[in-house]
Amino acid sequence: MSARQSEVETTSRKLSTRGIAWTKLRRKKTAMLSLYVLVVLYAGALFAGFVSPYSYAHRNDAAQFHPPMLTSVHIFNSDGGLTRPFVYGGSTSGSGYSDDKSRVFPIRFFVRGDPYAILWVIRSDIHLFGVDEPGAIYLFGSDLFGRDIFSRIMFGSQISLSVGIVGIIISTTIGVLVGGLAGYLGGAFDFVSMRLVEVLLAIPGLYFILILRQTFGNDLDSSQVYFLIVIILSFIGWASEARVVRGMVLALKEREFVLAAQALGLGKFRILIRHILPNTMSFVIVTATLTVPFYILSEVALSFLGVGIHEPEASWGNMLSAAQNVRFLTDFTWILTPGVFILIAVMAWNILGDGLRDAADPRTLG
Amino acid sequence: MRTFVIRRLLALIPLLLVVTFLTQALLVASPGNYVDRMREGRQFSEEFIQQLTRQYHLETENVFVRYWYWLGQTLQGNFGYSFAYKISVWSLLWQRTLNTLLLAIASLLISWGLAIPLGMLAAVKRDTWVDKLAGIFSFAGLSIPSVFFSLLMLLFASKTGLFPIGDIHDQVYWGNFSPLQKLGDVLWHLVLPSMVLGLIGTAQFMRQMRSQTIEVLSQDYIRTAKAKGLSPSRILFRHAFSNAVNPIVTLFGFSLAFLLAGAVLTETVFSWPGMGRLTVDALINKDEPLIMASVVLLTVMLAFGSLASDILLAVIDPRIRLDGN
Repeated sequence: MSARQSEVETTSRKLSTRGIAWTKLRRKKTAMLSLYVLVVLYAGALFAGFVSPYSYAHRNDAAQFHPPMLTSVHIFNSDGGLTRPFVYGGSTSGSGYSDDKSRVFPIRFFVRGDPYAILWVIRSDIHLFGVDEPGAIYLFGSDLFGRDIFSRIMFGSQISLSVGIVGIIISTTIGVLVGGLAGYLGGAFDFVSMRLVEVLLAIPGLYFILILRQTFGNDLDSSQVYFLIVIILSFIGWASEARVVRGMVLALKEREFVLAAQALGLGKFRILIRHILPNTMSFVIVTATLTVPFYILSEVALSFLGVGIHEPEASWGNMLSAAQNVRFLTDFTWILTPGVFILIAVMAWNILGDGLRDAADPRTLG
Repeated sequence: MRTFVIRRLLALIPLLLVVTFLTQALLVASPGNYVDRMREGRQFSEEFIQQLTRQYHLETENVFVRYWYWLGQTLQGNFGYSFAYKISVWSLLWQRTLNTLLLAIASLLISWGLAIPLGMLAAVKRDTWVDKLAGIFSFAGLSIPSVFFSLLMLLFASKTGLFPIGDIHDQVYWGNFSPLQKLGDVLWHLVLPSMVLGLIGTAQFMRQMRSQTIEVLSQDYIRTAKAKGLSPSRILFRHAFSNAVNPIVTLFGFSLAFLLAGAVLTETVFSWPGMGRLTVDALINKDEPLIMASVVLLTVMLAFGSLASDILLAVIDPRIRLDGN
């Protein structure tokens, strides 16, 4: 009897809703892989200054459109012996760049270079890797101004990736609160907020974003533009979330446990926040994960169209806008590299969201 | 059906009023206007600028005055003249909208033409390599940013020379083409941009179509059909298809919205003279009459898109009654 009881206890402890979801997610290899990829990408964004050999604005007029050196990092010296990794110095001859075999620049680790700050606080000038001047290392090539594309991708990810996280937190909070209140209170608040939602959903998204963006003029610095973009995107993004949460709350508020809470004399807001809204959580988390790409792609679109983050600051979108020039695109294909990163980030969020949806308790997903 | 359509069209009126008023308010709130820029450019006489300012009431910061003036003119069928292009907004938008619709329809044809058979194939061959391949394809299509995909296609065009690298038709020889050659030339220019938008759409529809088909195939009436001894192809195409395709049809309105908004980036990359790029430029230039007219047109097109999908659904699915009684 007692053995059986303890067995029941352990299984029931194991099978908490969150526990089940986590175990199911752990079993999905692609979803876990996406999670790891995202962790790496976001860690890269956090430590961008350290990981990248140069600052995002470090120009080198002698190395415009230098081809990627990822494949020309050598580990065998001219005699065929194994040495520490090195690159050759570049020389401009005729039409393009060629390796100058007489100048060897070993790749050094933890070298001093451009100063940077991690999270505005930790200031340093030590970089993970780099080569001595006058040599240069451009893993993914350099751009029109001879800036290192790898470094700019790392710095750009701070903007492009964080837009998604910050935006989703703001819009989800608004969406859940407005949707919850509309569903639970009903009446005038419900009517007004849902009409607002309808208007927000009826206006073609990107154009609305652009109109709002233009309202604030063009003489803003990059951090102002960043906050503007996040606020505008969240202002539009909460609408669809609010509508679904409202629907779920409408159904939930008829359930027995809400009746019980009311009978116990709990306050309206306490019932809403502590008893009703937690039941919408798995839906909210899944939608939030699947909506992050919208924020990332919108920032890319705005910066690409020239109304987002502007030079010299880097974002994945404004880096891609250099490729609008067909000649640059054809001759210097590596300027498309940020696109690969956007694809990877968006895909990882999509696969993770998909995995979470499968893992979440289907009953609460509606 | 008729009352439904009329009700929906009437509901469009307040929506249009709200949307245009909101746009006007945001335009008034934004710093500077096109006239300021003209003044900086010094190409125009002060007299002309004064006249333009008076005509469009640009001197007032009062939203209601500006909106009232615009509404009055618009109701008389006068959308005004584009500041930047110096021609009537209507004649400008007309051509551009046709170009965008051409692109949208071509992309829809590609995406539906591919997504419906591929989605059904993936559902029938569930959990085989065909299904897995289709899954990978749809994930890639869902995740690839349209800018990046467009740029890759442009790269393909410029590296191989098989396709033109932009615009809607040949600029040099266009005048000498026969009508048939003109058609061919436009279609040739249409291939890559419509492929970009079409393939992205395919990825979305295919997932939907696959899950719908799987669900329908597990229904009782399919088992009945099998028990009756109907051929598998007849079951699939007659019985399963017509039920599985319904939700895809409801997506029509959404996909039109996606194409209109998402086309901006593709239009930009391929210098396709569509209304997306025109509207974005108008917004950046503060070309007010053009912005207002584009907003009206876009909202109407979206509303018609969702109306069309509702009607289409009612036509193909006899269970749906639009009048709700």
